[in-house]
Amino acid sequence: MEITAKTGKPAVKTEKKPTGLEAVKRDKWLYLLLVPGVLYFLIFKYWPMWGVLIAFKDYSPYLGFWQSEWVGFEYFKDFFMNPDFFRLLRNTLMLAALDLIFAFPAPLIVALLLNELRHAIYKRCIQTFIYVPHFVSWTIVVSITFVFFTVDTGVMNKVLQSITGREIAFLSDPEWFRPMIVLQSIWKETGWGTILFLAALASVDQEQYEAAVMDGAGRLRRMWHITLPAIRSTIVVLLILRIGSFLNIGFEQIFLMTNSLNRSVAEIFDTYVYVVGITQGAYSYSTAVGLFKSVVGIILIFGANYIAKKFDQDGLF
Amino acid sequence: MEVKGMSGAETIHNTKAGRVFDWFNVIFLGCCGLITVLPFLYIIAGSFATEAELAERSFFIFPETFSLDAYRYIFSTPTFIRSMGVSVLITVVGTIVQLFFTFTMAYPLAKRHIKGRNLLLNLVIFAMLFSGGMIPTYIVVKSLGLLDSYWALILPMAINPFNLIIIKNFFQQLPKELEESAKIDGCSEIGVFLRIALPLSKPIIATFALFYSVGIWNDFFHALLYINDSAKWPLQMVLRQVTILSDLTGTTNDMMETVPPEQSIKLAVIVIATLPILAVYPFLQKHFAKGILIGSVKG
Repeated sequence: MEITAKTGKPAVKTEKKPTGLEAVKRDKWLYLLLVPGVLYFLIFKYWPMWGVLIAFKDYSPYLGFWQSEWVGFEYFKDFFMNPDFFRLLRNTLMLAALDLIFAFPAPLIVALLLNELRHAIYKRCIQTFIYVPHFVSWTIVVSITFVFFTVDTGVMNKVLQSITGREIAFLSDPEWFRPMIVLQSIWKETGWGTILFLAALASVDQEQYEAAVMDGAGRLRRMWHITLPAIRSTIVVLLILRIGSFLNIGFEQIFLMTNSLNRSVAEIFDTYVYVVGITQGAYSYSTAVGLFKSVVGIILIFGANYIAKKFDQDGLF
Repeated sequence: MEVKGMSGAETIHNTKAGRVFDWFNVIFLGCCGLITVLPFLYIIAGSFATEAELAERSFFIFPETFSLDAYRYIFSTPTFIRSMGVSVLITVVGTIVQLFFTFTMAYPLAKRHIKGRNLLLNLVIFAMLFSGGMIPTYIVVKSLGLLDSYWALILPMAINPFNLIIIKNFFQQLPKELEESAKIDGCSEIGVFLRIALPLSKPIIATFALFYSVGIWNDFFHALLYINDSAKWPLQMVLRQVTILSDLTGTTNDMMETVPPEQSIKLAVIVIATLPILAVYPFLQKHFAKGILIGSVKG
């Protein structure tokens, strides 16, 4: 092949470091390729970051950014004094904590069980099924939830009615809101979550198991002493990522599941920003709320990363 | 993702406790599989059933009387047809736009020698950690005059920074020799990109095209934010209107002529919104095992 024959010789002739303009000129086509992407980041990522400053202004769309008056931390004060603040904080933290306790370990457990399954075809079938919900939208998941759990016509309530003679208002009773959210999350994401754990499990040294069997170790012992330590770093990394995004509860899921009856327990920071900002037009106030959440989020990410490094893990960045 | 069973451990499986566990495991995981699949089967079966049957029976996966009424209604109602058209349009155009923006930016960023690369990479990473948030982004989209425009459903997420980094890393792994020899043959950088780098990345382009298109098809958030005009709603918005809003609040909507949507119509709309995903699912499954693992960490 002539290509390889030609590369036998060192091809690039400019070995001396070109300076400034020279370098730009040499790579002009590469810079041209960068233009759309850089424009995207400037317009849709960095312009809004600048726009965050309206949290400190009394922004009105008619006056525009520059004409609006600076008000300092006025809107932050408003927010922290508002009774909404504690309600939102409580709702967000509750949902995040429930997710961490129930939805986070679910994929690990299912992955461990899948790993013990000996029929390859059966296992493949189960995997094919449980990955599906990850790819359908929250709109569809919530729609399906409504079909099954609504009062009168819902499948679940029909079954309940025929067994117990009464129905449960799963979708409007505030008591049921959090369990429903957690169940939905588990249903949608557990299968997909197993992928990373299965990949980690696949790399566990098989000889260790054989040695353990020789020593008479039962299944539980093997799982406890070999499997779990081997995938410990995967678990820790995922846990850190989860804690880093602790406050990020899916907007779409919560928004779609919220209604006038369960709003008191359903509303979280993100949906509040939407309602107050977009539908009520309180731009500066809602931006302040969003900024507060972003800052807490960043602190959590760096905090989680710091802790990871303390625990002798690599950290994420 | 094949995990070798513990072949050396056959003897252990034959203990009584081992066998009990095995049976429990097979049954438990079987239930997990059924719980994910049965709701879909009911929705599909119900969409072909009559109203009477839906009201009478609770759970079934085969309708007694087969009816196409729901689909006939949907495909004769302009609202539904239009929203399907909008969804297909933004999915196709959006996927092309996202691929274009991501790949053109990833390629130069993979070149270690270009000036300003570190600055740009840091800007990308910073954008992953911190965002202006919903309202400032909304104001930007508004001041660009994109409200109620289909571009508002495409341009604001033209690049996913995580995917950009993955593709950049992929380009970095391509053999340098091919590229250098192409340059000797008189190819410009753009020529190398188009004739060498892109053809070599066909599998990864296919993977990202699939994931991007699924993402846009499923997107509800941006339509909610940026599209007020219900005539321009994509399918996910109409789906919400029909299946979620009609039910709880009792609010009826204009398209249904103040009659709450019948159950079979709701189910049929869910089927139509899910169908494209199920159609590409085998391909998705083929792709997500390789390479995509890094991206999926973000959850």
